[in-house]
Amino acid sequence: MPKLTINGTEIEVAPGTSILQAAESLGYEIPRFCYHDRLSVPGNCRMCLVEVEGAPKPVASCAMAAGEGMIVHTDTDRVRRARQNVMEFLLINHPLDCPICDQGGECDLQDQAVAYGYDRSRYRESKRAVPNKNIGPLIKTIMTRCIQCTRCVRFGEEIAGVTELGLLHRGEDVEIGTFVEKAVSTELSGNMIDICPVGALTSAPYAYKARPWELRKTQSIDISDAAGSNIRIDSRGNEVLRILPRLHEGINEEWISDKARFCYDGVSRGRLDTPWLRDEPGAKLRPVSWEEALTFVAGRLRKIRAKDMAALAGDLADLESVVALKDLMTQLGTPHLDCRMDGARFDPSSRANYLFNTTIAGLERADCILLVGTNPRWESTMINARIRKAWRQKKGALPVGLIGEEADLTYPVEHIGETAAALKEIIGGKHPFAKKMKAAQNPVLIVGSAVFAREDHGAIAHLLGELARKYDIIRDGWNGMNMLHGAAGRTGALDVGFVPQAPDARGMAEIIEGTRSGAVKALYLLGTDEFNARADIGWQCFVVYQGHHGDHAAMRADVILPGAAWTEQDGTYVNVEGRPQFARQAVSPPGEAKENWKIIRALAERLNIRLPYDTSAHISARIAADWPHLAKWDVLPDHTEIGAWDLKGEKGDLSGGVLASPVRNYYMTNPLCRASEIMARCHAAFPKGRDADSGSEDKTEQEAAE
Amino acid sequence: MQVARFINSFLLVEIVKGMALTLKYMFFVPRATLNYPHEKGPISPRFRGEHALRRYPNGEERCIACKLCEAICPALAITIEAEPRDDGSRRTTRYDIDMTKCIYCGLCQEACPVDAIVEGPNFEYAVETREELFYNKDKLLENGDRWEAQIAANIAADSRYR
Repeated sequence: MPKLTINGTEIEVAPGTSILQAAESLGYEIPRFCYHDRLSVPGNCRMCLVEVEGAPKPVASCAMAAGEGMIVHTDTDRVRRARQNVMEFLLINHPLDCPICDQGGECDLQDQAVAYGYDRSRYRESKRAVPNKNIGPLIKTIMTRCIQCTRCVRFGEEIAGVTELGLLHRGEDVEIGTFVEKAVSTELSGNMIDICPVGALTSAPYAYKARPWELRKTQSIDISDAAGSNIRIDSRGNEVLRILPRLHEGINEEWISDKARFCYDGVSRGRLDTPWLRDEPGAKLRPVSWEEALTFVAGRLRKIRAKDMAALAGDLADLESVVALKDLMTQLGTPHLDCRMDGARFDPSSRANYLFNTTIAGLERADCILLVGTNPRWESTMINARIRKAWRQKKGALPVGLIGEEADLTYPVEHIGETAAALKEIIGGKHPFAKKMKAAQNPVLIVGSAVFAREDHGAIAHLLGELARKYDIIRDGWNGMNMLHGAAGRTGALDVGFVPQAPDARGMAEIIEGTRSGAVKALYLLGTDEFNARADIGWQCFVVYQGHHGDHAAMRADVILPGAAWTEQDGTYVNVEGRPQFARQAVSPPGEAKENWKIIRALAERLNIRLPYDTSAHISARIAADWPHLAKWDVLPDHTEIGAWDLKGEKGDLSGGVLASPVRNYYMTNPLCRASEIMARCHAAFPKGRDADSGSEDKTEQEAAE
Repeated sequence: MQVARFINSFLLVEIVKGMALTLKYMFFVPRATLNYPHEKGPISPRFRGEHALRRYPNGEERCIACKLCEAICPALAITIEAEPRDDGSRRTTRYDIDMTKCIYCGLCQEACPVDAIVEGPNFEYAVETREELFYNKDKLLENGDRWEAQIAANIAADSRYR
């Protein structure tokens, strides 16, 4: 444990700590451009110079490890002069275009130039210019502004796992570029915009839209996947202008996926902003008032017996509206509820059955990972990034096995087999991967929830249980059994029991089937756009759709009740780990659209059912009363309380068939993305966001690209 | 003392003095009153009058939508919206000044890095309705075109003090 003195204060730090980190822990700020605490240390910007007594020259504090007895000064005249000179060199080729630069106002170079820059230039020679690079529809490049800190290169290599960006040429001619012109094809590319300390990489969709000082910042939660990344919504007036990540060490660290960052323009496109009503099947929808729509729905529902009704909660539904809908349906007496839009049929009675029990941060402790029927890169980007981080931390000594479709997950994966039969091989112990599972201290199994939508889900659950027992995946202090969902609202809805209420009640598939046979006469859809409602729902069934986008289900609906999107209402989302998080309202809903739980509350009123909550505080209290764990924001479930994975399943025949990931097209997974123009551009630019119809072609393209 | 005061008031000395001044101004001092609007007083090159958005000599608008004027405006009178123009350059799609809010402090022209927004020499823009004082980009550019010669001369005259 080296002990050193910084500005007269003595501090003891762990071996290997840099001077910069030591100074930071004492609260001394050291300017830097290239150094980033989650990336490797290149030491090429030289901005972090400090004086170490005995050293002939100022030293770069980010790259110098703290040594025993060092005496460091971070704020002497000599240090300041050295930094000023470095700054002068950095500004030689940096254009003076701050007024038209989108980074202006939140630029590291701008800020530090205020502290260390001269007020005029002594440089009289010509400045160099660098041609801009086309690296895709998300990142706008103005390469003349680049100061060659190489943060983006290192981010690509280390975090995202793509080596497409690199440093070309040398000396005066050095520039960042892709070696051949191509888009940076990683679903984490947006983070390069954040880490770029200057305006060389800026957000293309946000170009010239706003200045950072005029934005209202709202803390929220990402709903594009189930990891629940922490985000900040930046809005001006009633328009969401951009989404940035918020630091959360347990989930997303300081990154978010491109889908989370850029799906925001979908919020303002294709919205339902007034209630619509279809007087009789086959008639046209016509816009009506709330009064008329709610009265109409109540009138129709009154004539239908409760056991002929059903309700489905969609992927993006917030906890409050799901609770309200469940309360309404329970009071009506309808047992046919389901929230598993992918058709999964696992037993949700124990929380441990459907949670990501290892936790996302816990993946760093894993020493062997088996993925079953899931592609975490497309289903939950942050979890994939965490697996990659674990793999890097172990210097590649983290075996990852995959049963299902072959996929490029940015780290090496042993593809064990495509069908569930491969599970038997692992259990048999003959397969080489089985030996690695056996040797592992902290084995992890991640199973995609879509696996349980298959006909043979019982048999697979049985095999998974056997696997867990055989390899001690659940042991003292370690729970390695995880289910991975793709939908932000799923875990919350499962937690409040939005599932068939009786053993003989209908689930997702039976409800849809029932609408065709006539057994389900009325169907309440809460933001369900994950199936083809127009084709699947029977024509006689009375369908009420409550949601925010005119997507699949709205076209089939007999009554459309326009709800708020997640940026437009306060809402709780429980992430895949079972961690409830609160997303705050950033803007107000368009037109006549209302907060979702209030719509259900108003409808209940017209059915002469009083739901006992009038305000957001009331409904929070209602949730806290029945599910106290869901009222504790950002608290992980206690695994000693919720028990362990307990999916029984039954021995049966496997039906064969590939254990495919449900995500066929990464950029089009929810109605927000489908309405988003930016996502559409991404879909056109990146063939890797595969499409069900052209899957095979894309695969060859993808392989050719690698 | 008493006597002097009595004589002064008896002989109306102060009235005579006052009348003498009046007569002096009537016949011997040049007239100060202007026959506005036919006559106008001189104004400084730094005069801060009605706003204008300027163009470059080639007709390209100067404003680059940096929003510094919007940020510095103490009366929050300026509203700007921007997006990339078809040629990719940074331009405003909306540049509004609420002249009823403006306090004519001149900070906007100080903040402007390209001398686009200026407070010109014009002070005669009284209107009949409030709405006419909500200037938009077209109005401001038109002002710029109309007053460009004088604005340019004013900026040139003042430049050596900056």
